[in-house]
Amino acid sequence: MAKRQVMFTFPQKLIKEPIIYNLGKKFSVITNVRRADVTENKGWVVLELEGEEKDIEQGIKWVTAKGVRVDPVIGDIMQG
Amino acid sequence: MSFATALRCRKCGQEYPLQPVNLCEFCLSPLDVSYDYKAIAKVLTREKIAAGPRDLWRYQDLLPVSSGVVDIGAGFTPLVKAERLGKELGLEQLYIKNDCLNPTYSFKDRPVSTAITKAKEFGFDTVACASTGNLAASVAALAARTNMKAYVFVPSNVEPGKLVGIAIYNPTLVTVNGSYDDVNRLCARLAEKYKWGFININLRPYYAEGNKTLGFEVAEQLGWRAPDCAITTAGSGLHFTRIWKGLEELSMLGLIGPVNTRMYVTQAAGSSPIVNAFQAGSQHVHPVEPNTIAKSIAIGNPADGYYALRIVRQSGGDACAVPDEEAIAGMKLLAQTEGIFTEAAGGVVIGGLKRLAASGTIKKNELTVAYITGAGPRTQDTVADIVRPFTVQPTLESFEEVLGMPV
Repeated sequence: MAKRQVMFTFPQKLIKEPIIYNLGKKFSVITNVRRADVTENKGWVVLELEGEEKDIEQGIKWVTAKGVRVDPVIGDIMQG
Repeated sequence: MSFATALRCRKCGQEYPLQPVNLCEFCLSPLDVSYDYKAIAKVLTREKIAAGPRDLWRYQDLLPVSSGVVDIGAGFTPLVKAERLGKELGLEQLYIKNDCLNPTYSFKDRPVSTAITKAKEFGFDTVACASTGNLAASVAALAARTNMKAYVFVPSNVEPGKLVGIAIYNPTLVTVNGSYDDVNRLCARLAEKYKWGFININLRPYYAEGNKTLGFEVAEQLGWRAPDCAITTAGSGLHFTRIWKGLEELSMLGLIGPVNTRMYVTQAAGSSPIVNAFQAGSQHVHPVEPNTIAKSIAIGNPADGYYALRIVRQSGGDACAVPDEEAIAGMKLLAQTEGIFTEAAGGVVIGGLKRLAASGTIKKNELTVAYITGAGPRTQDTVADIVRPFTVQPTLESFEEVLGMPV
């Protein structure tokens, strides 16, 4: 089992969709929310994903395709 | 000996031993180094600092390293009174902290010095980073100095000229086909798999601390006082927060008086998530897609954005987004008034300073320090249009004719 710590940023149009629930259900990934701030306009969630490496990868691809921005939890690693 | 005692979570306060980790296991928030300030206060005096080496290691008591520091002479760069630039902007007490004069031409030598010293203490034989220029050069140089292996990851579309300043130190240079985000994601995965000292991942708490010397030095160079205003730029926001921390630590230790410095942050308009959040009154910094010539600060999802934002507000400062054309004008103005050739990020600082001075936000008699954090020669292409030489034949007549000299 692998673990991945990520940050999801949701645009307004996706606030009402149960994306994290569906991610867990569709891809057999355990989602563990650690911090979050969601309002009616936008939201972010810091969470840990646990599961098979390929399931996590596919799950992140699916979430990204839905329009959620997925970043490493520490922010951008790339620097000037 | 080190006065660092633990790593502490910025959000929930959970403490951890001084290890190569950067996130709290509970809330996944960043970890910071804690110190035994009471013990530091017993031994640290202005005189002790002044008698130290003329580089960042004069502040070693306030850095999280023990001994055997890796030293390429980073830090203690000039703080110059900017009379001509000040006159242009209407500021009577303007100083430039010229961090272009570090060994690899940017302030990154400061945090990388502490990070690589700590990597050695932890027993790493390899360090790594993802960068488009300044950080990569600094990591490669310091790794060379201490005979460590260095892996440096850059996006494949980085200008070849930038790569020379990295490759000269002979790291393993890896160009990655993909966007900045792709490189971010790859490096996050590499950091999970390989037991390397990743400069701004598992070594980040120690890397961060080297930036405090930007605050220490300015206070010392001003005769042991904090400035009224400090202005710099923000990519990740990290060094901005550490200038503040450096001033606060000196004050807490009684080495300077109370800190009433207003902190001003500037960003390129094409990559300004911190400024956007400040202007929107938001607590959260929402990521953006960077689009600016100021590549060294083109960070769409700044790791320390939230904390930088808090300091701007707490200190009574302001945040300013600067369009690329004003950044270029700022580069030229700084070069042509003070003889300092900065990269575009420094142009952003000067462009922001110009706006803040013109609006009266920074007043003419306030002691203001502008941090110029990187030199221009690595990114000459941003101002290449400035080269318009007169072409003459090798005769006196030709010279006088072409330049219109009075004969």
